[in-house]
Amino acid sequence: MAKLAIRNGRVIDPATRLDAVRDVLIEDGKIAAIEASLDVTGAAEFDATGMIVAPGFIDMHVHLREPGFEYAENIETGSRCAAAGGFTSICCMPNTSPVNDSATVTRYVIERASRHAAVNVFPIGAITKGSQGEEMAEIGSMKQAGIVAISDDGRPVMNARVMRRAMETARSFGLPVIDHCEDLHLSAAGDMHEGVESVRLGLRGIPAASEDVMVARDILLAQLTGVRFHVAHISSRHSIEMVKFAKARGLAVSAEATPHHFSLADEEMPPYDSNYKMKPPLRGKCDVGAVTQGLASGVIEAIATDHAPHPGSEKMQEFEKCPFGIIGLETAIGLALERLVHSGVISLPRMVELFTLGPARILNLDRGRLAVDAVADITILDPERTWIYDVNRSFSKSRNTPFHGHSFRGGPVATIVDGSIAWSVE
Amino acid sequence: MRSGLLGIEHLDRAEIEAILDRAKAFQPAPNSQFQRLDTLRGQMVVNLFFEASTRTRTSFEIAAKRLGADAISITASGSSVSKGESLVDTLNTLAAMRPDAIVMRHAASGAPHFLARYLNTPIINAGDGTHEHPTQALLDARTILDRRPTLEGLRVAIIGDIQHSRVARSDMHLLSKFGAETVLCGPAALLPPELEKLAPNVSLTSDLREAIHGADVIMMLRVQLERQHEATFAAGEYFQFYGLRLDHIELAKPDVIVMHPGPINRGREISSEVADSQRSVILNQVENGIAVRMAVLERILRN
Repeated sequence: MAKLAIRNGRVIDPATRLDAVRDVLIEDGKIAAIEASLDVTGAAEFDATGMIVAPGFIDMHVHLREPGFEYAENIETGSRCAAAGGFTSICCMPNTSPVNDSATVTRYVIERASRHAAVNVFPIGAITKGSQGEEMAEIGSMKQAGIVAISDDGRPVMNARVMRRAMETARSFGLPVIDHCEDLHLSAAGDMHEGVESVRLGLRGIPAASEDVMVARDILLAQLTGVRFHVAHISSRHSIEMVKFAKARGLAVSAEATPHHFSLADEEMPPYDSNYKMKPPLRGKCDVGAVTQGLASGVIEAIATDHAPHPGSEKMQEFEKCPFGIIGLETAIGLALERLVHSGVISLPRMVELFTLGPARILNLDRGRLAVDAVADITILDPERTWIYDVNRSFSKSRNTPFHGHSFRGGPVATIVDGSIAWSVE
Repeated sequence: MRSGLLGIEHLDRAEIEAILDRAKAFQPAPNSQFQRLDTLRGQMVVNLFFEASTRTRTSFEIAAKRLGADAISITASGSSVSKGESLVDTLNTLAAMRPDAIVMRHAASGAPHFLARYLNTPIINAGDGTHEHPTQALLDARTILDRRPTLEGLRVAIIGDIQHSRVARSDMHLLSKFGAETVLCGPAALLPPELEKLAPNVSLTSDLREAIHGADVIMMLRVQLERQHEATFAAGEYFQFYGLRLDHIELAKPDVIVMHPGPINRGREISSEVADSQRSVILNQVENGIAVRMAVLERILRN
């Protein structure tokens, strides 16, 4: 009968619109009580005075690199990184080796996670076999094995007919389709956002239009098929406009944004620093503003990190040779507080929603809320704690981040998964 | 500058003027043999060329030798790069042999900038991808200034594949710093509109005649087929629309000079008649290349 009493924190639960100082009692991995003042004996105590007590944060877009690329990350290190970043649940993309395109790989990931993961791991299955964009993956069997969505993240389905069939299949199994929206012909060989900076640096550009045309295509296909369609890491202002338009028409369309896309613009990249190289690329200032506004207005419903570990040997190369992606689990809350909350763009409850109820709704996950009898996944954060991100102390196996040495105001303090403390700040 | 020369964009005017002035002193007197100096005796310059180059590599080598330095040239095909060594490792290995400067050409934009973060040895950029080619801009400026009192107010037309040209970028930065007007001209797909925002006094046109009209200087660029990842312009009609012919010259100022960074492709971007005409200063550019590179090497190595 393990009991934990979290005392005197400001409890924010967007699902029930609760925002008040409360005590939370956890018993046997479940939330046993949320009350103004709990009279409990025999429980471990956690003093959350001055802190936020929220439903466990969910990152619906991470790369754990297992199986196949364990030199960059694995389920254990990636999930410990998640815990240290305040996340209790993460959804891992299927671009492993082999690709998660069958129930066998899905079961492998879930089995490995059950033994080694510090947080809940929900796999996302591939849309097509090997994410090659041609033949349909075993979507139904993967659903039975435990996937929560399908996506060919990083290798988007270019053939609209294949995408249509995949959407129809996904709909029949009640799965959302997540697309990394990128027209690979338009972005071919590009290294950074196409704009003044790419022209200045002599780097090949990735036009915003390469994202926009695919968002447009997918919205039309979502209308045709009735599937729930989700835009991964939205970065372009025109794409955000289109998602807004789709929602206004009542389509089941949603979008997520990454912390780096609401924090950094292309012009902020130190020349040829591959820690600023990702897909979609850091866009222009206007786009950063549109992402920020989208998070505030509700067009964008989730913050997801696109945590993408790459070893130093791969990032220490000529810019055009470096792979795309940065790690992000440990800096997400800090950036959201700094860029969105402290700067006055959104309220703390809205931020909590973007990390909890937002992704839970999109993926139809039974998480992201604080209720008696619900699984005790809880994130505790201190909006004022100052700390400096030292990537050399990261739980990740990789070090690719533009935020090394960044000084944050506010961050996670403890991460509780299934009623146990998975991580707490030193 | 003490730490090397990576580009023109971040050099200030005084620095550029100092190099151009010094280069003048290194220009050989007509019909005289060049005397080898011993300014840089005992110093070692490594020329590391990851991309094919005849004139730039030779020019740097001669510049170093004329100043009394030792120069070694390495090309990628005959080096450990072809054995799969990373760029950082190759450079670290070379740096451990304690050269006084590394002159580097690389097909990737920013390769020297990336290395400069990890190396103490000064790096001189001899052309990085489609980014900058600073010594080319310096020698172009020297060549113009041999024929004009100042760059200020000059109208310079740069014509060709601007998108992929490191020469165009370095030239426009330099010309802009000195108050010259740069007109960039080429097929629309090779002329990104953002170019106009890189520096003041830069304009764009896809009309060759408009670009040349009233020009003091015409700089022709080679069509860089090796950098084009797709067909952006029908090669067959390139010369018709963007090739420089004698009749175009009449649109420019009477004393216009025609430049080309080389290697030239006769009949593709420039007609033989123009290349060999009195207006062409292409071979003076080559000569000035040595003088300017001597000035650059001296400035970096004597610090």
